Amino acid sequence: MSNHSCIEIANEWGIVSARQAGRELSKEIGFGSVDQARITTAISELARNIYLYTEIGKIDLEEISDNHKNGKVRGIKVVASDKGPGIENLRDVMIDGFTTSGGLGAGLPGVKRLMDEFDIESIPGEGTTITTIKWLR
Amino acid sequence: MRSIVLQHMIDNKDHYIEQWRVSFGELLFSRSESTIKPQYIQDEMKEEFVSVIFDTLTMDRHSRRAVVKRFAERLIHDGWVVSEFIMSLQRLRRIVMKDLSNHYDKEKFVDLSGELEDWLDEQITDLTTEFAKNHEEVKAIQNVALKELSAPLIPVFDKIVVMPLIGTIDTKRASQIMENLLDGIIEHRAQVVLIDITGVPLVDTMVAHHIIRASEAVRLVGAECLLVGIRPEIAQTIVNLGIDLGNFTTKSTLKKGVEAALQMTHRDIITNEEPVTGGGLN
Repeated sequence: MSNHSCIEIANEWGIVSARQAGRELSKEIGFGSVDQARITTAISELARNIYLYTEIGKIDLEEISDNHKNGKVRGIKVVASDKGPGIENLRDVMIDGFTTSGGLGAGLPGVKRLMDEFDIESIPGEGTTITTIKWLR
Repeated sequence: MRSIVLQHMIDNKDHYIEQWRVSFGELLFSRSESTIKPQYIQDEMKEEFVSVIFDTLTMDRHSRRAVVKRFAERLIHDGWVVSEFIMSLQRLRRIVMKDLSNHYDKEKFVDLSGELEDWLDEQITDLTTEFAKNHEEVKAIQNVALKELSAPLIPVFDKIVVMPLIGTIDTKRASQIMENLLDGIIEHRAQVVLIDITGVPLVDTMVAHHIIRASEAVRLVGAECLLVGIRPEIAQTIVNLGIDLGNFTTKSTLKKGVEAALQMTHRDIITNEEPVTGGGLN
């Protein structure tokens, strides 16, 4: 797929450029303003997690398509990956209100609700990869 | 004392300029940022670059730096790509180098090419340092400008103030917003603060967290916080994220917020029944 971009998150400005790229790509794919806001917010949460909890990581944005019942469906895939400390207990971080940084604790469960598909893989000490997809309906 | 290389370059100045013009034509202004500029401006810039390099040959380093500094200012001001200029300087090295090897024997050439390198490195260093320094200055000024329009607190009625938030909220801005908010409430003896987020492109958990904390602090100094200007898509993402703004009074627009604030301070806006007659209008 040609529409692919990768943004490195090393500081707070990385978050801004990641969501800027996300907004542009989702607009290009044809998402409406509400879904654009959902996607950018999700990217913002993922990028902020990278910024808060790890030294460095990246956000990959990609346009994808899949064959659904009603024909071809386009979508956006957002992959956030880092080589940070990893997440000890995956079940905990998906509970609303769970936080280790004094924040609201709505980030990851929020992202799951904002997007259509959500997958998280984490190995303590090695890093975390979160893959999310939003389909254009 | 002037080095042989420089003397050599001064002597063959016209020859080098001509050759350089031919070869840097393709290098300079190849990036899209530069090509959108009108041709005559590009030509003017090339000529200026030639004179910056060749007219300064006879100057001492101090006055040369001044010339380079002015040139760098212009680069920044008009948005040129500095790497193109550096690349074309390296092209000049190749031209002079080739010429030197034709003129002198091998031993002398090694000496001379060293001198040439020194001179060229100095040029490149000066250009990049001045460019970077200028960039830093511009950045510092922009930072100040941004800070100034960052979070103003506007008194609209007695005891009612508005804080419109515009743009991305990062950690630094968030703490400044808090500070301005609390200082302003004390200064204006405000009872109700309206935080208007119409201009905030997106509300994620961090932005929400900052707003919630700010409103708690506002409550501690004895005022109340109203959140206004929540666009429909922002409202939906807030719900999706599961952020609890239940403790907040929220209104869709600033207008409704002001009306609510007036109510909270037991006031009302009334329309006079009839315009006052008499006076100046006979």
